[in-house]
Amino acid sequence: MGLAKRIIPCLDCDLAVPQGRVIKGIRFKQHVYAGDPAERARLYDEQGADEITFLDVTASSERRETMVNVVERTTDEVFIPVTVGGGIRKVEDFVRMLRAGADKCSVTTAALQNPGLITRAAEVVGSQAVVVSIDAQRRDAPDGGRGKHIVDTPMGPSWYECWVYGGREGTGVDAVEWAVEAEDRGAGEILLNSIETDGMQSGYDCSLTSTVSRLLSIPVIASGGCGEPEHFLEAFRDGGADAALAASIFHFDEYTVGEVKDYLSQRGIRVRI
Amino acid sequence: MNRPKIGILDCGSGNLRSVYKAFRREGALPAISKAVDPEWDGLVLPGVGAFGHAMRNIDHVRDDILSFVRGGRHFLGICLGLQVLMESSEENPGAAGLGLVPGNVVRIEAEKVPHIGWNSLDIRKESQILAGMKTGTYFYFVHSYHADPADEVVVASCSYQGSHLTAAVETDNVHACQFHPEKSGSEGLKIIANFSRLAGDG
Repeated sequence: MGLAKRIIPCLDCDLAVPQGRVIKGIRFKQHVYAGDPAERARLYDEQGADEITFLDVTASSERRETMVNVVERTTDEVFIPVTVGGGIRKVEDFVRMLRAGADKCSVTTAALQNPGLITRAAEVVGSQAVVVSIDAQRRDAPDGGRGKHIVDTPMGPSWYECWVYGGREGTGVDAVEWAVEAEDRGAGEILLNSIETDGMQSGYDCSLTSTVSRLLSIPVIASGGCGEPEHFLEAFRDGGADAALAASIFHFDEYTVGEVKDYLSQRGIRVRI
Repeated sequence: MNRPKIGILDCGSGNLRSVYKAFRREGALPAISKAVDPEWDGLVLPGVGAFGHAMRNIDHVRDDILSFVRGGRHFLGICLGLQVLMESSEENPGAAGLGLVPGNVVRIEAEKVPHIGWNSLDIRKESQILAGMKTGTYFYFVHSYHADPADEVVVASCSYQGSHLTAAVETDNVHACQFHPEKSGSEGLKIIANFSRLAGDG
C-alpha cells in the first residue's frame, strides 16, 4: 500500500492564438496543432490522468492572460491537479496562476537565475505549489570529474548540465546538485527533464532519474523520452520516479492514459485505476 | 430543489477557485468570503500552508466559526482545514487550534515527506461525509503533517511508508478530510455532493 505512481500528460501550448492551442512536436521540428488545450485536458482527465501540465512553449509573459484563460476554462470542469510552466518568473506569476485554478507552477530559467525565487514563492504559496523544473543535458564526465556529480550511464560516466531558455543555453551548473539545492530552498517537487532523450521516444533517462530520486526526499517527476508504455515501467521501476510526464505518446492517440495504467498495473506498479 | 448556500472561508491561501467550482458543479450555491455569514447552510475551510499562519489568518473569525458549528450547522475542513480543528500542531507549537476535535497534529514519519500524490483510503467506520466510498478509493493528498485524534473520530486513514495517516474525521456536524476532494476527480466530487446534501438537509 502507499502512493500510486502518477501519469501526467503534458500539453505544450502555443499562446499566439486567443484561446491557445496544443502543439504536437515531431522530433523538435515539425509542429502540428492539436486543438484546444482545455478540451485536450478534459479528454486526459476522462482517460484517468493523475494530473495535467500546461507548458507555455513560447514562455511569453505578454501572453500570460491567454494561459490564465486556458487554466480557468480547464479547471471549470477538470478536478485534478493542474501545473503551469513556461515563463513563470516572479512570485506574482505563481499567485496569478493559482488564482486562475492551477495548483502548482514550474520554474526553470528564473529559478536558476534567481534561486531566492524558490524560497520566496514557497513562503507565499507553499512548497506544494513550487515545482522546480530542470532541463538536464548529459555530458561525458571530465577526467576525474572535478566538482561535478558523476552518474554512471549506459553511455559511460557522465555529468548533467542545467540548460535554460527551453534547452537553448547551457549554464555550467550541475543538475544533480541543483536538484538538491532546490529541495533545500523549498521546492515541493522536481520535474526532471532529460534534453538528450526528449522527443526521441526511446525511453526516459533512468540513470539521471534514479540518481536524483535517491538523493531527494521530495517527489521526482521523470520527463523526456517516453514513447511506449514500457518506458513508464522503466521510469518507476529502474528510475525510482514518483511520477512520469509524457506528451507525444498521448497526443497522437497511440495509447490512452487508461491503457498505460492497465499495462503498469499488470506488471505490479501501483496506479490509480 | 433546495440549493444549499455554502460559504468558503478565504484565509488567504491556495486555490479556492477549484473548491468553488466543485460546489457549483454539484448544485450548491457557493460563496467565497473572509467573514462568516450566519445565513450559510454549510461552512468550508480549505487551506494549504503552515498551521500557525492559518490560525493567524482566521483569528478574527474564530468565534464566528465556533458559534456556527455549535449552532449545529455543517462544517467541512479540507487539508489544513482538518488540522486547524485540532488543539495544536507540532508545526507551530505556540499556535492554538480551534480545538473542535481533541488531539494534536504531528509530523509524518516517513522517508519521503511531504506525502504528495494519490493514495487509497482505508475506511475505518461509516460516516456521513464518506457515504458511498469504499476502501481502496484514491484521493489526492499534499501534506507534511497529519492529525492524530482519538480513534473514534477517524473515519478513514491511509497507509504511507509504514505509517497510518489520518485521512478523514467526523464528529456529528464537523467533517474534514486531509486529502483534496476538489482535486480528486469524480470520487472527490461525490464528497462535495455529500457535504452539499448534509448542509442542505440542515
